[in-house]
Order: sequence, then structure tokens, then C-alpha cells
Amino acid sequence: MKRHLTAAVAAGAVLAGATAAKAEGELFLYNWSNYFPPELLTKFEEETGIAVTLDVYDSNETMLAKLQAGAGGYDVIVPSGYMVAILIEEGLAQQIDTLSMSNGTKVVAPHDAPFFDPERLYSAPYMWGTTGFTYNSARVEDKLEESWKEFFEPRPELQGEIALLNDEVEVYNAAAYYLGFNKCTESPEEAQAILDLLEAQKPHVKMYQSDGTIDRMISGEVIMHHQWNGASHRTWVDLPTAVYVYPEEGITFWTDNFMIPTDAPNAENARTFINWMLAPENAAIASNFTGYMNAIEGSSDYLDDALKANPAVNMPPEFADRLRPSIDCSVPARELRNRVWTRLKS
Amino acid sequence: MAPSRQARSTPSPISPFTSLANLLRRSQRARLILLIAPALLIIGVFMLLPLGLMAYVSILERGINGGVQWGVHTVDAYVAFLFEEDLLGNLAINPDYLQIFGRSFLLSFVTTAACLAIGFPAAFYMALQPEKYRNLLIFLVTIPFWTNLLIRNYAWILLLRSNGLVNESLMGLGLIDAPITLLYTNFAITLGLVYSFLPFMVLPIYASLEKLDLRLVEAAFDLGANKRRAFQRVIVPLALPGIAAGCILVFVPSLGAFITPELLGGSRSMMIGNLIQSQFGAARNWPLGAALAFALLAIVLLAMMVYLMRFRRPPGTG
Repeated sequence: MKRHLTAAVAAGAVLAGATAAKAEGELFLYNWSNYFPPELLTKFEEETGIAVTLDVYDSNETMLAKLQAGAGGYDVIVPSGYMVAILIEEGLAQQIDTLSMSNGTKVVAPHDAPFFDPERLYSAPYMWGTTGFTYNSARVEDKLEESWKEFFEPRPELQGEIALLNDEVEVYNAAAYYLGFNKCTESPEEAQAILDLLEAQKPHVKMYQSDGTIDRMISGEVIMHHQWNGASHRTWVDLPTAVYVYPEEGITFWTDNFMIPTDAPNAENARTFINWMLAPENAAIASNFTGYMNAIEGSSDYLDDALKANPAVNMPPEFADRLRPSIDCSVPARELRNRVWTRLKS
Repeated sequence: MAPSRQARSTPSPISPFTSLANLLRRSQRARLILLIAPALLIIGVFMLLPLGLMAYVSILERGINGGVQWGVHTVDAYVAFLFEEDLLGNLAINPDYLQIFGRSFLLSFVTTAACLAIGFPAAFYMALQPEKYRNLLIFLVTIPFWTNLLIRNYAWILLLRSNGLVNESLMGLGLIDAPITLLYTNFAITLGLVYSFLPFMVLPIYASLEKLDLRLVEAAFDLGANKRRAFQRVIVPLALPGIAAGCILVFVPSLGAFITPELLGGSRSMMIGNLIQSQFGAARNWPLGAALAFALLAIVLLAMMVYLMRFRRPPGTG
């Protein structure tokens, strides 16, 4: 999930610990951009004496490419679920046995046994969320249906006022849900149908961009935005008429997780960090910043009321059966997907 | 020759440094090699080595999860650039990548032409100013470089968007009734590229015009040329090296641009830079990404050779 393009450019902007003077050691955190509250890093440094250096990335694949190219030196990385499975398979992550950590018992079900790491041997949960769409209800006449139809076949007042994430996987998955296909389809006919749908939608799309989704909605540049629910929440804080939709055809649900790379120079500090992040108060501070839910028991006592009041973050239970896990597809399926995406933009 | 004769006559063992120093003193060729060694080293380490690695990656089998399978060779990536397998397994021409290459070349060509149209008069004007103002003008041309490219692209978004400064002004003046679509078009991409690369055109042209001997222009007038003829037959040919350098400096980075199409084009269609990036990213197909980068390199080199052959002819004979 590509959250911020600026990450690529801002990657050099490094946040060095102010408390480095009494440092007991170091920790190199490699995380999504704009996905960790700076004050929480300071809190960690004050409580443990470990100085943290932050580097950021804009997509799972960027991080994977860097690790595969042999970049060492990172102690903690934050991949999404399907990427956790890949990193384990490639031997790029080490065992941490999260559930046996002192705060490991606080991980709530079902996050203690995800499909990508059933025993949580290699990963610990950070945030989880969904990828749906948000619209400004003040600028459409009726309430929209809870369906991808509104997104792919927009009504006249929405035409040309829609922004999509510039994310091959998310766009393709949404189209597959709407058409009732397996998102990992290896059938060229189904891929063709997805391409037809996306090409028919394209004239109504103002832009494909994963960066700045919040500002774009608030400034009114578009009426509808393909969006992650945490970003939708941060939109809603400034634009109370923003509505997040859980489409009935299905919505991707993903989890981002802490992992320790095989060649981490400070693995012991990394374990300290992960265990510390499983503490309810710390997890809640992270949620309050990112707008995404954590998976820690007891953290709701520390959550902002706004977070609890917004259905975009605090999902109504009746939508639970609409959630579809984010998974990795086979090489033939990925090739079809990339060909659809390239042709859409050729 | 005195020192070397002396060295030969002394039988005592000499250190490698002394012998190297002697070699340098004797041989002009050795001196030359030593002098160009740092340049060769930099070209080797920072250009040939990465390029060689890219070339090798482009003929490897892709890894299932991204990366490559070292030692497993295939030319699949180059086949995939031109052909696609249809449903029955037959190879057919794949127009997608060629279309993206075509669009990139067209946009870069328009960008270069626009930069030349704006840059030449600007450089000419600068070269005609009194010497004390010229440095100030060069300084002004370089000011945009002080700001990050990304920030400058964002600034254009603020200017061009439907409730942005340009549309608001045009509507305020009563020239248009409703906002016109400026942003997220090929026009916006070209505008962004022209703005980003204009200094690369102005500075080399200025450098060649600054050295221009104005007496040659006067001589042309004396021999009966009018202004237009003097410009065409004297000034432009003398500025040609600068124009050629400027065109290359604008055209090549335009081809590889990927931030501007993403921000100002709204990623509605790709340029080569976006395509290559997507192969190393979401598509996790490093060999294809490397092959695309090489196809681009080959085309640019070819174009550059044709270009240089054309401009190496002495001015006036073409």
C-alpha cells in the first residue's frame, strides 16, 4: 500500500533521537512515511534510552526491493500481511515469537493468528485497516449505495470528480470485487473484463494519486476518493460530511506488522521496541495519530473519542462479512494484473 | 636525462615509489594515464559498473517474489517488451510499451522545442547585456534550482487546479465563465517539464553566444546582409554547439521524468520513467524494468549519434 509518494523524496529526512546522549544503544526503524507519531519515538527514547533513527518508504515493494538488493542496517520494518509471508519465505526476517513476549498476551483475536503468520512467530501487529472509498455527502443529492457501482459507474454529478489511489493492487482488487471475480484470477477473460471496467471508468477519473488524499478531499478538489480508512478518518476530522463506504461486494482488509530483518544489527533493541509497542497506551497513541485501529487489548481506554465515534475506524459489526484479506497472488495472476494496469495507462 | 642516468648508475635498491616517480618523469604517456586515471575510475565505478549490472539483471529470470534468480538466464524480458502472448499462446506485437515510449518521446520533443523557443531569445538577450549585468542575469536564471523539484511541481498544482490562481484570474477578468481543465493533462506535464528544464537550455546557449564575436555580425551587415540573414547565417551557426548541448540536456532528462507526470499528469497515463519504476515496484519484475531501461538507453544513444553526426559538419555547408 503506497501511502505517500513524498516518502521517496523525504527518505533522506532522518529523525535522530534528541536523547542520544544517554543512549543505551541504537535502533533503526524503517516504516511507512507519516505512519508513526514523532512524540511516540521521543517517549520510547526517554523510557528505554535507546536512540531511534527513522527511515521511510512508500510501498511494501520499495521496502522489499531494498532488502532484496542487500540493504542492511534496519532493525524493525513494517510490512503488510501478504509481504510478511514473502519475507518469511525469502528468509529475510528472523523469528521473534511475539506471543511469548511480556506484552504478547495483549494481542487480540483474530490478530494473534493471521493467515500470513499463524503463530505470530515472525511478526507483531501494528495497525490494521481497510481500503474503501470516501465521498463528501454535502455534494451529492442522495445517499450513495454501499457499492463499488457508485465508484466504477459514477452518477453524473460525480463524473470527473473522482480520484483513485495510484496503486495497481488496490484498484485491480476493487474492480475484481465489483465484478465478482477472484482478485488473484489467472483467467485472461476476467482480466480483460476488469480492464474494460477500468477503461470505461477512466474518463470520469480526475487523477490516480496515493499522495495527499486527505487534503484533496478537504479542499474540495474531488468529491469521491479511493481511500484507506485512516486517511478517511483524518479527512472526516476536518470535513464532517465525509462518509466512508464499506462496499457490499467486498473491501480489502490489511494488517501492517512489525518484523526484524535477518541481518538486523540491534536485534535485542528491536525486540524491546516491539514489546513496548504492544503496550496498550503506546498502541493507542499510534492509533490516535494514524487514524487506524491497533490490535491491542485495553488500548481503547486511551483512544480519542473521535476515533471511536467514526464508523470509518470503528467498523460497525454488520460489515464484518464484507472484509476480504489482502493476499499475494501467483506470478501469472500478477502478470495479468500488471498488463491490465499498463494498458490502462498506455 | 641526467637523473635517469644517475639512477642507473646507483646499484642500491630503489623503492616502488621512486621507480614510479622515475617512470612518470621519463614517460609522457605514463603521466597522461595517471592524470586521466581518476576520471576513468569514476566513469568505471559510477557508470559502467551499474550499467553492466543492469545489463546482467535484464537477462536473468525474475524471482517469484521479486528480485532475480542469479545464474538463470533468459531473454524473456526483451521478448516481453515487444510481444505479448495471446490467449492461445501465440506471440503478438504488444503495443502498450511502444505507446508509452512514443508518448514520452513526443512530450520530450515538444518540451525541447518549447525550451528552445523561450531559451534562445532569453540567452541572446542576456549575452547582449553589459558585462556587469550578465552575472546577475545568470544568477536569476538559476534561482528556481534552489527549490526542490517536488515543491516546484506542487506549486504548479496550486496554480493550475480548477480553483487555482490561473482559473480564478481568468474568471475574474471575465475571459471564461467556468474553470477550464488545465491540471492532469498532457499540457500540464509539458508545462512542468519546460519549467523544470528551461535553465538547462538557456545556460549552454548563453555560453556559446557570450563568446560570439560581434564584429562578425558587423561584417555581415557591411557585406549587405539584412538583420534576418545575419541572424540565420552568422549568429545561429555560431550558437549551434550551445543549442545542441541545450537540446540534449533538456531532451534526455525529460524522457526519464517520473515525478512530473505523476503530479501534474495525475498519473492518468505513464511515461517511461513511471513504467520502469512500476516494474521494480508493484510488478516486481526487475528483468523487465532493466530491459526497458536499456531499450531507452539504446534509443537515446542512437538518436544522439545521428544528432552529433549532423552537427559535426562545419557551419554553412549544410
